[in-house]
Amino acid sequence: MRPDPWLSGRERSDTRRARTTLVLAVLTAVTVMTLDAGTGDRSPVEPVRAAVGEVFGPVQSAASKVTDPVVDAVDALGDLGGLRADNERLEVEVARLRAELATGQVARNRLAQYDALAGVTEGSGFELVAARVVAMGPAQAFTRTATIDAGSGDGVEPDMTVVEAGGLVGRVLRTDRHTATVLLVVDAESFVGGRLGRSMELGFLQGSGDLGDDGLLAMDLVDPTVVPAAGDTVVTWGSRGGAPYVSGVPVGQVVDVQSSAGDQSVTTSIAPFADMSSLDLVGVVVGAGPGSRSELSRVPPGGGS
Amino acid sequence: MVLLRAAACAVLIVLTITVQVGLFAHLSIAGVVPDLVLLLVVGAALARGPSYGAGLGLVAGLAIDLAPPADGVAGRWALALAVAGFLAGLVRGEARQSVVATVATVAVTSFAASSLYALSGLVLREPGVTISRALEVMPIAVGYDVALTPLVVPLAVVAFRRLDPAPVRW
Repeated sequence: MRPDPWLSGRERSDTRRARTTLVLAVLTAVTVMTLDAGTGDRSPVEPVRAAVGEVFGPVQSAASKVTDPVVDAVDALGDLGGLRADNERLEVEVARLRAELATGQVARNRLAQYDALAGVTEGSGFELVAARVVAMGPAQAFTRTATIDAGSGDGVEPDMTVVEAGGLVGRVLRTDRHTATVLLVVDAESFVGGRLGRSMELGFLQGSGDLGDDGLLAMDLVDPTVVPAAGDTVVTWGSRGGAPYVSGVPVGQVVDVQSSAGDQSVTTSIAPFADMSSLDLVGVVVGAGPGSRSELSRVPPGGGS
Repeated sequence: MVLLRAAACAVLIVLTITVQVGLFAHLSIAGVVPDLVLLLVVGAALARGPSYGAGLGLVAGLAIDLAPPADGVAGRWALALAVAGFLAGLVRGEARQSVVATVATVAVTSFAASSLYALSGLVLREPGVTISRALEVMPIAVGYDVALTPLVVPLAVVAFRRLDPAPVRW
C-alpha cells in the first residue's frame, strides 16, 4: 500500500491504535448510558453528577459575573445601531450619554425586577431566595434547563418552586452547594397542576419541549367538557407540602383552544407569563406560607403579565 | 508532567463548557448555541490524531453530560464527541492542508455528533427528542459551528500541540 504522504510514521501507527481507543470510548459511553438510563434518582451516575456540579457550579457563577457587563454593553451597542441615520455629532453625544447611562440603567432594571419579584409572592407568605440564571441548556440538547447561582448552601433543595417576576419558571431538579439546576416548565418532561382563573377548573400543564423562544404549554383539563376562554389565566394548583409546586403562582394565559368534535377532546395552549428566553433574576420558594394548601381558590396577586 | 498536562486539559474542558452554556446562552440562535466543545475536540484531534481525539471526546462529552444544567441520561454527548474526535483525527492529514478542508471537517463531525446525540435520545426514548425537532436544530448547529471554526479550532490546535509530550514536525 502506498504510504500516505501527509502522515508521519508515528501517525500511521496511531491510526491503528485509534480503532482500539474508539471501541473502548464507545463502550464506556454506552456503559454509562446503560447505568444511568431508567434508574432515576438511584442512578449510580448521580453521585458523580453531584461531584461534577460542585466543580462547575462556582465556575459558572464566577464566569457569569465576568460576562454580564459584557453582555449588557453589547446590548447597549445594539441600541445604538438604530441611530445611524442621525448626524455624527448626535451619534457621538448619544454614545457618550449611553455609556454613562448603561450601568445606571442596568441597576434600575435590576431594582425593578426585585420589586416585581417581591410582588409575585406578596401577601402569600412565600419565602423567596433570589438567584440569577448563570447558564442555559442549549436547544441541541433537547431539554430546557437552567443553572441558577443559589444552591444548598442558600437553603435551596430539589423540588422547590422557581418563580420570576412574570410567574412560574419551573422547579429545582438538583442542587450543589453554590448552584442549582432548574427544569423549566416548557421542557417536555415538565408537568404542572394548574387551575383556570375564571372557571376554577383543574388541569395538567405539560411543556411542549419546543426549543425556540415561543414555547407553549399544553393543558389537559380534568373535566373534558370544559372549554376554557382565550385570555383566561392559569395559576398553579399546588402539591401536598408545596413540593414540587406551591399553589397560587401565575403560570400563563390561554392563547388557543382547539376542540375536536370526534373524540370530544379539547386542546388548550398556554403561553407562560415568564419569558423563558431572557431569564435573569428568579426566586426560589424556600418556605411556603402557612395555609398555602387551603388557599387553592385564592386569586393570585399580579395575575397578569 | 503527566499530571500537569491532564490538569491543563481539564481546565480547558471546564472553561470551554462554561463559555458554551454561560456566555453563549445570550448569543443563541433559536436556542441553539455553537458546540465549542466539539471545536475543541476537533482541534485536539487535528493536533494529536484519532486516538487522542476519541479519548478527549469521551472525557469532554462526559463532562457536558454531567455538568449543570445538563439533565437526562449521561453518556450521550460522550458517545457523540468520541466518534467526532476519532473522525477528525482520521482525516487530519488532509484537514490540515487548507482552511476549507478544516471547515469541511468541522461541518462533517458536527453533523455526525449532533445526529448521534439525537439518535441516542430516540433510542433511549428521552422526552423532547423528535426527528422533526432534530432536523430543525441541526442545520443551525452545524452552521454556527462552522462560523466559529476559524476563531476556535486554530487556538485548540496550538494548545494541544503544546500539550504534546513528543511533538511531530510537520
